[in-house]
Amino acid sequence: MADSDVLNASVSDLQRMLSARAISSEELVKTCLGQIEAENDALNAVITLCGDQALSDAREADQVLSRGDGKPLTGIPLLHKDIFCTKGVRTTCGSHMLETFEPAYDATVVARLKAAGTVTLGKCNMDEFAMGSSNETSFFGAVKNPWDLDCVPGGSSGGSAAALAAGFAPLVTGTDTGGSIRQPASLCGITGLKPTYGRVSRLGIIAFASSLDQAGPMARSAEDCAHMLTAMSGIDAGDSTSADRAVPDFAAALNGKIEGLRIGIPREYFNDALNPKVRERIMAALSQLEKAGAQLIDIDLPHTHYAIATYYVIAPAEASANLARYDGVRFGHRCDDPIDLEDLYLRSRSEGFGEEVQRRILVGTYALSSGFYDAYFNKAQQVRRIIADDFHRAFETVDVIAGPSAPNVAFQCGTKQQDPVAMYMEDIYTLAVNLAGLPGLSTPAGLINGMPVGLQLIGKAFDEATILNTAHRLQQDTDWHTYRPNFGTFQS
Amino acid sequence: MSVTPEDIEKVALLARLSISESELPEVTERFSKVLDLVDELNTINTDGVVPMSNPHDMTQRLRADTVTSHTAREALMASAPAQASGYFLVPKVID
Repeated sequence: MADSDVLNASVSDLQRMLSARAISSEELVKTCLGQIEAENDALNAVITLCGDQALSDAREADQVLSRGDGKPLTGIPLLHKDIFCTKGVRTTCGSHMLETFEPAYDATVVARLKAAGTVTLGKCNMDEFAMGSSNETSFFGAVKNPWDLDCVPGGSSGGSAAALAAGFAPLVTGTDTGGSIRQPASLCGITGLKPTYGRVSRLGIIAFASSLDQAGPMARSAEDCAHMLTAMSGIDAGDSTSADRAVPDFAAALNGKIEGLRIGIPREYFNDALNPKVRERIMAALSQLEKAGAQLIDIDLPHTHYAIATYYVIAPAEASANLARYDGVRFGHRCDDPIDLEDLYLRSRSEGFGEEVQRRILVGTYALSSGFYDAYFNKAQQVRRIIADDFHRAFETVDVIAGPSAPNVAFQCGTKQQDPVAMYMEDIYTLAVNLAGLPGLSTPAGLINGMPVGLQLIGKAFDEATILNTAHRLQQDTDWHTYRPNFGTFQS
Repeated sequence: MSVTPEDIEKVALLARLSISESELPEVTERFSKVLDLVDELNTINTDGVVPMSNPHDMTQRLRADTVTSHTAREALMASAPAQASGYFLVPKVID
């Protein structure tokens, strides 16, 4: 079998090959590592490799497989976004602050995926502290989009999305605070799911905004995402916000039946901000779903517009509190020769954090400071409820809400970095979903001039199964999710 | 509402960030842009709306009050930039 076939295969296909011993996990891991070594210089998607450990884990997985004890993910290679703590393996969060940080424990997500049999190849580049929509704020340099190396891959899980699109691994992890899984998935032509808030434990995920952060799967298909989500999910004593909900076998539940499914189309998601060509692709995807038996219903989410303002108070406020822990004392960067404790704090933090992170800490500190708390933080939390109520009302009459994942295809590197507000607008369709704590996924909806477009599907709280099944049906009826960039191994 | 460089210096100190004189005008300008964006919140009536701090309005789950301390002290201390005898070292704070 050619390397490109292996690097292109779904998890289900790989598992069949592994179980039949047509390929070993060790061979699979070697192929992926080879692909990363050959192509990563062009993308900068992977910043830490764990080659030796991966090969040893793969050999262990091969023993499990040869005993016939394999599970759906046994021996499947995977890359983690560098926001997940990995015991003894450098975890940087894309920051100089944590450039040499080696966690003493695994994040629950890492531990669960390990227990499910996956093999960790390494860690993916990301926007610093997950703050960005283009993967240009990383201390380790920008990530490039394999569909066009002059374009951004999206962010903040841009390294993960680019790595997956380039065939580095069949599964990658991401986190999504305001769109950081769905927007890069859209821009890189892959499937990515942000679960319901609380579905996946946040223990060991370096905190950005604690009431918004969720980890989720990014993969080549909805089915692959479903396998991974099952392994990642569930209550965790170490995260008191993790939900005490039964975790279904998401992959087993996929039947592709969407007859009678009521899909709400929010008028506000088809506004002037939406690139008309993206709109065309989204309408084409929606009409596919209609052909499959779904019913399209116009709905209103009247406060969509306020999501950006609300998010850019709440997320920075929570971030300013979370990032107060980086003080140059217990872990992380420490400045040279501090003259006193205040000098230690000031210089360690200013040297350790990049520009966007410092801006958000400043905004958040301002919004929480005496005299401004009510006008900003409290007000934003009130508007958050109004935005969430829009969704709850809509879900009284529809089962799924659909629209674009992002207003545009991938933009050119460097074009929005100087204007933070222009960059924030890239997340206009994803932010509200985090504010409301709902699950959302992005699935490929074809190309515009060779660049991928993503359809976003939003579900009711804890109903990831329905949006996965809707995406699965779309992926049965179209081949958009099988498109690959003209890059590296996939070059025609 | 726009902010002055003095406002930024005050907030920066609260956040324990040091901003150099040369960066201050640009930081102030970009900060103001973000503030103009979020000032849009003032155009919506929120009278009587209960603030939402958790998307499911969850309350804190409690656990049994039993000792669960772990034993990774040394591994955790190993991340400290400076330490001695099991303590974090900082510059002298008391004369």
